[in-house]
Amino acid sequence: MGLRMYVLLAAAVFAIGLFGVTTRRNAVGILLGIELMLNAVNINFVAFARYNASVAGMVFALFTIAITVAEIAVGLAIVIAIFRVRKTVDADHLDLLKG
Amino acid sequence: MTLEAAGFWGLAAVLLASSLAVVLTRNLFHSVLYLAVALVATGGVFLLLDAAFLFGVQLLLYAGGVVTIVVFAIMLTERLVGERIRQTSRSLVPGALLAVAVLGSVCVFLRRASLPVKRPPLAGALTAALGEALVTRYVMAFELLAVLFVAALLGALYFARTDD
Repeated sequence: MGLRMYVLLAAAVFAIGLFGVTTRRNAVGILLGIELMLNAVNINFVAFARYNASVAGMVFALFTIAITVAEIAVGLAIVIAIFRVRKTVDADHLDLLKG
Repeated sequence: MTLEAAGFWGLAAVLLASSLAVVLTRNLFHSVLYLAVALVATGGVFLLLDAAFLFGVQLLLYAGGVVTIVVFAIMLTERLVGERIRQTSRSLVPGALLAVAVLGSVCVFLRRASLPVKRPPLAGALTAALGEALVTRYVMAFELLAVLFVAALLGALYFARTDD
C-alpha cells in the first residue's frame, strides 16, 4: 500500500467536505463539512510523516486536531449566539454584515 | 491481499460512505452521528500508519469532544423533534462540480508526482519520539497552544453568555 493511496483517500474526503461546505444551508452543517476537510488534511500529515520517517508531520497533525477542537467550540458558540438573536441558523438568512 | 491492504480498503469504504452521509443526510442529528463514524474511521487510518497515539487523541478529542459539542449545539438551536431539524441543501450541481474539479486536479498532480511506495522502518517507539519532539523542538508551539485554548475558552464563554 503506497503513499499514493492514502493521499488519494484524503483528497476524496476533502472533496466531500468541500461539497458539504458549499451546499449546506444550516450553519452547523457547514461546520461539519469543515470538520471533514480538516480531517482529510490530518490523514495527509500522518501519511507523509510515516512514509518519510519524520515525526514532524505527526506533531503538526496533533496541533491541527487541538486547534480544530478550539475552532469548533468558538464556531458553535457563535452559532448559538446568532440563534439567540436571529432565531435561525440558516446561513442564507445571516446577512447582517451585508452593506 | 495483505492485512494492511484489507484494513485500508475496509476503512476507506467506511470513511467515504460515512463522509458522504454527513453531507447528504437531511437529518442534521444523523449527520453528526455519521461524522462520529467518519472520525473513528480516520483514527483507524492513523492506526494503519503506526500512529497509535494519534489514534487515541483522535478518539478523545474529535470523536469524543467535537461530537459532544455539536450534539449540544444542535439540541440548543433546534428542537429534537419536529420539522426544524431537517436541513436542505442548495446549489447541489455547482457544489458537486467544484468538489469533482478539486479531486480531479489532485489526481492529475498525483499521477505526475513520484511518491514513496515502501515505508522506511521505524527507528524506535513512535509515541516516545512524538512526545520528545513535542517538549524539545516544538515546545514553543506547544505552549502557545495552551494560550490558544485559554483564548478559545474565554471567547466561547463570551459569546455564549446571557446578557444579564
